[in-house]
Parts: sequence; C-alpha cells; structure tokens
Amino acid sequence: MQLALINLNHPAHYFSFGPFAISGGNLAIIIAMCVIFIAALFIPFPHSNNFSQDDKKEDRK
Amino acid sequence: MSSQSWTGRARRATLEKFKPEDLLPEEQPAYVASWVYVFGVATIAALVMLIASGLVLTLNGPAWWHTSSVGHYVNSVHLWSVELFFVFMVVHLWGKFWMAAWRGRRLATWITGVVAFMASIMTAFTGYLIQTNFDSQWIASEAKDGFNSMGIGAYFNALNTGQAILLHVSLLPLALGGIVAWHIILVRRKGVVPPIDNDVTIEGSSK
Repeated sequence: MQLALINLNHPAHYFSFGPFAISGGNLAIIIAMCVIFIAALFIPFPHSNNFSQDDKKEDRK
Repeated sequence: MSSQSWTGRARRATLEKFKPEDLLPEEQPAYVASWVYVFGVATIAALVMLIASGLVLTLNGPAWWHTSSVGHYVNSVHLWSVELFFVFMVVHLWGKFWMAAWRGRRLATWITGVVAFMASIMTAFTGYLIQTNFDSQWIASEAKDGFNSMGIGAYFNALNTGQAILLHVSLLPLALGGIVAWHIILVRRKGVVPPIDNDVTIEGSSK
C-alpha cells in the first residue's frame, strides 16, 4: 500500500451553514479559485514584444 | 474554368472568412498583457493533457490503471488534469463574465463557451461512471435516482456502464473537441474582447 501525504481514508468533513452544506475539499477548491482570480487581476504580466504598444481598441466586425 | 469549381469557391470563401493573419496573429493588443487573459489557453493545455492521458488509459484498460504503478500515475494525471481543466475554465468564465465578453458581436463566442462548459460537465460525469471502482458504483446509483426524479431515466441509465464508456471515450470528446475548436476560431476571428473602459462603439457593433 502506498503512503499518501494526506490521509483520505475517512468520511469528508462538512461545513454547514443552515440548509447549506459543503465539503472541506470543495470549499478549499472554491477559495483557491477565488484567490487565483483576484491574483490574476493584480499581479503584473511579464513584459513581452508580442503586444502592441498602443492601447487602442481592436474590435473586428 | 477553375474559378467555377466548388473547390475554388470553397477556398476563396474560407480564406475570406478565416484570414490566416487573424487565425495565427503575431501580436495582441496591449490590454491582453494581463494574467486574466491566460486562463483560456490554460484550459486548452489541460484539455490536451486530458486527451493524451485518456488515450493511454484507453489503450491499457482498467486492469492496468488499477494495479500497476504506471497505471496509477497516468490515472492520477487524468484526474488532476480534469481538476485543473475545470478550475481554469471557471476562472476563465469569471473573467469573461465580468468583462462582458459577448460585446462587439461576440455572442456566438460566448454561447460556444457555454456549450463547451455543458459538454465538459457531461464528459466529466461519464468519466466518474467508468472508473470501475466502488466510487463509480456509488455515483452511478445515486445519479440513477437523480435522473429518474427528473424524468429522464428512460433515456439515460447511469447504471449502463457500457453506454457511459462509449459516451466518455468517443461521442462526448468528439463533441467537446469540435465545440472548443469552433470557440477558438471565433475568438481568433473576432479578436480578444477589449476591457469595458477601452470599448468604443463602432458602426455595426453592439456594446
């Protein structure tokens, strides 16, 4: 039997808020996705020559 | 005459509608230099890993991925690829929703993205059904009750493993691949949607 970093051999832990319940794994994934999304909005993108210098709109018909 | 042939007409129509400089551009507008524009291509990268690992699993079968070390590894690659696929796709969806990416006659791009999301959910679901372990048995029996309660159990039986296998490895990947290809072509044809504060109404385009 291979050893796992995290012991998953037990029932999932659930967080309950009134009629709403969510497993710890799903909650962690959703929080991680929110963190990734907010980070993507604020972390500067590396400079590259593949982008035009002007900020004018490019909208094809 | 060659100009009257259907091949010539098809070539000219294709080149007119799908310009090579639009399909394979060398430069993007300045506003695309943001991490929020990366998640679409990250989703495609995860899809490529999914297809590659799925092909290996298909070639070797359940007896291999349940018992051998390499089989466990490829099985895990397939699982984590689908986890990342959905994470990237949902973050891509959030980004495009908040920038109202359907502006500028991009409604078809938005709709193909929605259909791709739906097809992905069905593909992932049938994947859960064909793990050939107790987990898949549990999911199938619970889903069977869910489908019956919605009145569609007569058309799709989640306990039919053979049907789930064929859907997962042939019909749904082909449908998903086709819709994703269409989505990418539309993105290339219409260009990446500009930020809202950078949008300028042009004649014939919808804001």
